[in-house]
Amino acid sequence: MRRDRVLTVARIDLSRLFKSLDYWIPMGVLAMVFFVILPYGLLTVVTSTTSSDLVNKIGEVLQSLPGPVQENVVGDTPAARGAYMLAVYLLAPVAIVVPLTISSAVGAHSIVGERERGTGEFLAHSPLTVREIFVGKMLASLVPGFLATAVGFSIYAVLVNVKVGPLIGGWFFPTAGWWILILWVVPPFIVVALSVILWVSSKVRSTAAAQQAATLVSLPVIMAAYAVSSGLLIDPVVAAFSVGLVAWVLAAGGLISGSRSLNRESLLGMGAE
Amino acid sequence: MPPAIELTNVTRRFGDITAVDDLTLTVPEGTITVLLGPNGAGKTTTVRLATGALGCDEGAIRVLGLDPIRDGDEVRSRSAVVPPKPALYDRLNGWDNLRFTADIFGADHAAILPAAERFGIDDALDLDVAGYSTGMRTRLALARAVLHDPQVLLLDEPTAGLDPESARAVLNLIRELAGKGRTIVLCTHLLHEAEGVADQVVLMGAGQARIVGSQEDLADRFVTNPAVIIDAEDRAALARLDAHQHVVSADWNGSVHVRLTHLDRLPDLVADLVAAGARLTRVEPDNPTLETLYFEMQRSLREGSRAPDDRPQALREVS
Repeated sequence: MRRDRVLTVARIDLSRLFKSLDYWIPMGVLAMVFFVILPYGLLTVVTSTTSSDLVNKIGEVLQSLPGPVQENVVGDTPAARGAYMLAVYLLAPVAIVVPLTISSAVGAHSIVGERERGTGEFLAHSPLTVREIFVGKMLASLVPGFLATAVGFSIYAVLVNVKVGPLIGGWFFPTAGWWILILWVVPPFIVVALSVILWVSSKVRSTAAAQQAATLVSLPVIMAAYAVSSGLLIDPVVAAFSVGLVAWVLAAGGLISGSRSLNRESLLGMGAE
Repeated sequence: MPPAIELTNVTRRFGDITAVDDLTLTVPEGTITVLLGPNGAGKTTTVRLATGALGCDEGAIRVLGLDPIRDGDEVRSRSAVVPPKPALYDRLNGWDNLRFTADIFGADHAAILPAAERFGIDDALDLDVAGYSTGMRTRLALARAVLHDPQVLLLDEPTAGLDPESARAVLNLIRELAGKGRTIVLCTHLLHEAEGVADQVVLMGAGQARIVGSQEDLADRFVTNPAVIIDAEDRAALARLDAHQHVVSADWNGSVHVRLTHLDRLPDLVADLVAAGARLTRVEPDNPTLETLYFEMQRSLREGSRAPDDRPQALREVS
């Protein structure tokens, strides 16, 4: 497998993608909602509330959390502790939802789109190996999701520090758990999901069918990743690396089996279901 | 010199359908081979088998001495395919489409502009391909095909739906590359466009190469009564043509199109006409067009007729 060819495949997909406003506008809105609007609204409500009822309810919620979580929640007041909990723990799935949604949208269209345009024929007759095509498309699907996440996460970090930081004595975000989540745990989960999505994309007849299937694939991955990431944020040191390692092994397996599922015939539109 | 493409008893099935059926075909290096045949004859599958985009179920394929499956990267690096519909990235401009191809095939970026100029689309390289006309798209696809100077060029219905200018660009490309010793395989329905370019004509049907030969050989075999065009200062002097012993028929439409019993009889006919006082202004062979040959061959296959045993050496029926 030649790296320059993989990068060429990824580059051409990304070039097309970056020119597609009809793709970027909804994806940008999605990232904005999850990383900015939703957290801003919730944090504003929690940090600026004067309602004693709401403060009491937040206190009750905090009391119901497991011991290890309570120990990690920082803040002197229920409002500060509630805001910290919200920012650090409850919004964890954002880190999964946004890149996975964006990447799966790209991935679902990736191979079936080549067939629909007829460019699959060109790729099938090219000296590219199917593995180079698969990995290039995987890369092209990953980049938009992570790019959106990197930008969104940076904005989210500033937002959290500005809104919650003053209540707990300064900037604190990202915590160690978030770094591990973003850099070590989320990527392999997305690779696993994309491997399945690209496999689906190589088998179905239309982009619409691929997107339906991608949704089915994404949901369980999001749920699994949410469960894992929430646990890791609570106790990042103990489990994070081992969970991440398992996820990376799964991702490697997904890459290998996914790339085997693609062949030149499927690029030509044969064997699609 | 080994053949550029050699298929030996190749069969390829898609489920219950046999797209290519025990096909044996040889394309000599540096020649132009035209594959003719109706839809479903197996032309496109043959092209796909040649590049290794498809594998065969049975038989053996060699392209440039290599196995297109085992040595597929090498075969595809040294060949190019122009599909019926130009497979281009619409959201990218012409330059990016060509650059992508250059990077994949390992061609120099310096080859992009000359290739675009060659097909007259250099002025449009900065425009998105989505805005290209059909002809421009085909010319871009042609520019893309020659970027890496392929040794084998496979054109699958490249002129379908093209304006005359673009169709001419395709034919000029074929002639130019053939002149440089490249091997060309052209699948087409448009017989008049393939007229005169083919070193070898292959009539395909039901996944088989039914008839193979040069245009001249095929004419010898399938056109039993050769034709000549004759004219004279005084047409009345040609009146005796209708009753001449070596004339099968004479079609008086402008010049006279005469079908002879055999081409060897032409000197006798000319001598008789001159002796009868005709001042001839034109005597030239009326070679059958590829279209005429195509339908003659199809008719021959339908009727199950076979060529005489003394047919030309180069001509062979493969299936």
